[in-house]
Amino acid sequence: MTIKQISVFMENKPGTMSKVTDALGNSGIDVRAASLADTQDFGILRMIVSDTDKAVKALAEAGYVASVCDVFAAEVPDRPGAMTELMKKVAETGLNLEYMYAFVSPETKDAYIVFRIKDIESAEKALSEKGIKLIGNAK
Amino acid sequence: MKAPKTHNIYNPEAECMPREQLRELQSKRLAETVKREYENVPVYRERMDAKGIKPGDIKSVDDLKYLPFTNKTDLRDEFPFGLLAVPKREIVRIQGSSGTTGKPIVSGYTENDVEVWTEMVARALVAAGGTADDIIQVCYGYGLFTGGLGAHQGATRIGAMTVPMSSGNTQRQILMMKELGSTMLCCTPSYATYLGETIREMGLDPKKDIRLKSGVFGAEPWTEEMRQRLEQLLDIDACDIYGLTEIAGPGVAFECLEKRGMHVNEDHVIAEIIDPVTEEQLPYGCSGELVFTTITKEGMPMLRYRTHDICKLDATPCACGRTTVRMGRITGRTDDMLVIRGVNVFPSQIESVLVSVKGVAPFYQLVVDRVHSTDSIEVQVELDEKMFSDTVADFEKIRNEIGEKIKSVVGISAKVTLVGAKTLPRSEGKAKRVIDNRKL
Ligand SMILES: [Zn+2]
Repeated sequence: MTIKQISVFMENKPGTMSKVTDALGNSGIDVRAASLADTQDFGILRMIVSDTDKAVKALAEAGYVASVCDVFAAEVPDRPGAMTELMKKVAETGLNLEYMYAFVSPETKDAYIVFRIKDIESAEKALSEKGIKLIGNAK
Repeated sequence: MKAPKTHNIYNPEAECMPREQLRELQSKRLAETVKREYENVPVYRERMDAKGIKPGDIKSVDDLKYLPFTNKTDLRDEFPFGLLAVPKREIVRIQGSSGTTGKPIVSGYTENDVEVWTEMVARALVAAGGTADDIIQVCYGYGLFTGGLGAHQGATRIGAMTVPMSSGNTQRQILMMKELGSTMLCCTPSYATYLGETIREMGLDPKKDIRLKSGVFGAEPWTEEMRQRLEQLLDIDACDIYGLTEIAGPGVAFECLEKRGMHVNEDHVIAEIIDPVTEEQLPYGCSGELVFTTITKEGMPMLRYRTHDICKLDATPCACGRTTVRMGRITGRTDDMLVIRGVNVFPSQIESVLVSVKGVAPFYQLVVDRVHSTDSIEVQVELDEKMFSDTVADFEKIRNEIGEKIKSVVGISAKVTLVGAKTLPRSEGKAKRVIDNRKL
């Protein structure tokens, strides 16, 4: 099971981030989770949003190219060491983790870890074999 | 439908002349032309006098390098008849181009000039497989522009059934093409592509409903990628043709079905490549500005006419049997040239690199600067959906690939910056290509 993530290319210029969040906010889109990867010249803003298609449209209208890809989101129990356990299990699969970030659901107050592995199919199989609980877009 | 590859030659004596003999012919014709120019065209005489050159000094092609250049501005300054080398009553045709700015330019043709030009196009059409059995549809504009009448005269000369459609009205072009069963097409490569796309949109099958076998396309620069697309769209052989009103019109150079550069009609013109900055003659194989000297033209002969087009000349033998030198594709215009750390850089070179890197949109900007007396160049490239990714590593890979290719193709190190979609300034839908911040 995977969830949809939106990535936006952002130049390292003042005000870019607020323009992106404004575009989403004005269209009534809720940003569930976000993470920024940046280099000296540019950054990639990755987000999990309430309505992916609507968000892509809103961003395009605001002049931003956004791409959508599938990422994994795993629920993590609220206790010390839970995240380490998850990461250990992912490492044991031998799959290459491109990046990860975490968020907390406002409704359930549960913590989630979002991570990207390029080979979705084999990752799905390996992760379920390790007993990792993945969530879908519904949550 | 493509025809089997043929190497028919319209005038084998002229087109396949041994190069030694060709050079002798060129030398003789050059000496005669320079004499006529000196005697009949005041501007040429003044310029030769200023360089201390007498017509008698010009004995062979080797002496060409001593002669003064002619520019497009000369045609404007001497408009309309200042460069004529014959009395006006001997001119039987005027052709010209409006140009995008200022005064138009015109060229006057004697009866023999029209004849020479007609044969040049006839050679081009035969090289593209044309015979008296062909039905040649001409969709260049007819008028002062040399495209329409040039192709028309050449097609008629080889005895083909000539269809003078002129430009525009695409639906009617396609209807006639289908009903008459046109086998060859003469127009710009971009219009041919448009015709191909429209044929498909109309639900016609180029393999069944259209009988085109080849086309001779010119009047604008195009690329190998465009050729492949065009050949596939219309299921034809697409040959390039080059020309300019100042020299004759289309047909000055043309491709044979080997498609390895355009054969220059060297019994009528001499082609040279020069360094656009130093104006020194460069050997074959070097990229530089193309310069033409007419050696049979009577009405308005051109002495070392600077085309401002950048290309290479290649005199290695061609499988078709022609011995004439071939000019490569036009890769740029000297007007766009930048000199960076002593290296001549053309925006078109950068563009070709960007096109070759998968998915990069052709919107880019070159920013040139000078810091601590060293020139720097930054290539800003707009991202588009196709090259988009969600990882930093992918973007850096694209950026490094562009940087390395620029280094190997252009020979300079450039800083490559990726910028967001539609962020570069545009004028009339086109990106402004070069920003030069150097204070020289
Ligand atoms: Zn050839």
